[in-house]
Amino acid sequence: MDNSDNNSISKTLQQRPRLEALIDYVIHLADTSIILGHRNSEWTGHGPVLEQDIAISNIALDLIGQARNFYQYAAKLINENPGAYSFSTGFDRDVTEDDLAYLRDVWNYKNYLITEQPNGDWAQTILRQFLFSAWQFLFFEQLKKSTDAQLAAIAEKSIKETVYHLRWSSEWVIRLGDGTTESHQRMLNAINDFLNFTGELFEPAAYELALLSDGVSVDIKSLKADWTERVMTIFDEATLPFIKPGWSQNGGKKGVHTEHLGFILAEMQYLQRAYPNSIW
Amino acid sequence: MVNKIMTNTSDHNSNEKISGLSFEEKKIWEIIEKVPDPEIPVLTVADLGIIRKVAYNPAENIAEVTITPTYSGCPAMDVIAMTIRMALMQKGYKNIKIHSVLSPAWTTEWMSETARQKLKAYGIAPPNPQQSVCHPTAFQAEEAVQCPRCNSYHTKLISQFGSTPCKSFYQCQDCQEPFDYFKCH
Repeated sequence: MDNSDNNSISKTLQQRPRLEALIDYVIHLADTSIILGHRNSEWTGHGPVLEQDIAISNIALDLIGQARNFYQYAAKLINENPGAYSFSTGFDRDVTEDDLAYLRDVWNYKNYLITEQPNGDWAQTILRQFLFSAWQFLFFEQLKKSTDAQLAAIAEKSIKETVYHLRWSSEWVIRLGDGTTESHQRMLNAINDFLNFTGELFEPAAYELALLSDGVSVDIKSLKADWTERVMTIFDEATLPFIKPGWSQNGGKKGVHTEHLGFILAEMQYLQRAYPNSIW
Repeated sequence: MVNKIMTNTSDHNSNEKISGLSFEEKKIWEIIEKVPDPEIPVLTVADLGIIRKVAYNPAENIAEVTITPTYSGCPAMDVIAMTIRMALMQKGYKNIKIHSVLSPAWTTEWMSETARQKLKAYGIAPPNPQQSVCHPTAFQAEEAVQCPRCNSYHTKLISQFGSTPCKSFYQCQDCQEPFDYFKCH
């Protein structure tokens, strides 16, 4: 064995934990987008009026598109580095974006808890989208500067769509909050239900911290002040109170989920579980 | 000012990319540039600025086409990639590779002037050449969109999201006609 071989082996070993963290991170971003996209898609055909049915379906489509870009990248990393990541389909072929979405169970999903919460009424769906889009806009602004070229490219692409989501959901928060007594009350209920889940958006997971020093991941803690200010500005205009939650429910990024995710996956994954490898 | 921007965009769109191509690559370009958008059939992929690069490897007879998606989740992209592949296969190319690149992110600024005119004639308001509301700081700003039928600017946004990811929905306050606007991106 010559020297260069030695070097490349030790280099691979050094890079392995970093690579594993990168794949975890990419999958975490993909899971977050696909689960919120799936939730929003549940409104398709059930929206309060046709235009808004189309709007929420469009947002679902954008989110699922983002998820595809992230899953494709994760699948590429897994295929190019055999053994670096513990995921196997059990099939004798390369891992695909679909495998990552359809063949992982609840404890392997790393989405934020807020994305898996039930749609509830229109106020809850709107508020969840607004709180998330306000965060995602700030997040993509930073991810655009990632030293990982593919993550930066996905962020550059996705942020244009997020701007529309943020604008649309902001307008709806104002319309409902500053609307009738009934719509105002429903927004208050939604705030009560969802604000506890926003703390997690600023709590980095171990794989995120591992990628921070070389500029791959976003320092999400630093987004909190800006996010709070943006949310409060819209809440002010909507005559809604911003009540700082006393506690926050975390765990999604580590695979510890609320009871709702299992039901989403059962529906979303049914076909690939019942008929493995089926295509149409 | 507006005219200048439009001239620049149409230059950026095709001429720049075609110059410098080999004979075989130009042939490939000519085959695929006519591929229509499945949702807005009056536009071709060249009009939209979706084709980013064409390459030909004579040693292995490989035709390589690089495209960029308009919207992340646009279902038309899969159809476009497949139609490009079929168009090349019909002309006898066997080894075809289609790549998708995300950066630089696609923008409506890449749409050619011809494309804008074709859109308008088809009844869809073309994207404004200068983007004015694509940033959250411009929140609640209204964009002046011209009615493709009566040319009035007295129009009203009905919904930011329309029948496809790339369109929003407007109504003309003068001729009352509802219409799609290809939103700036």
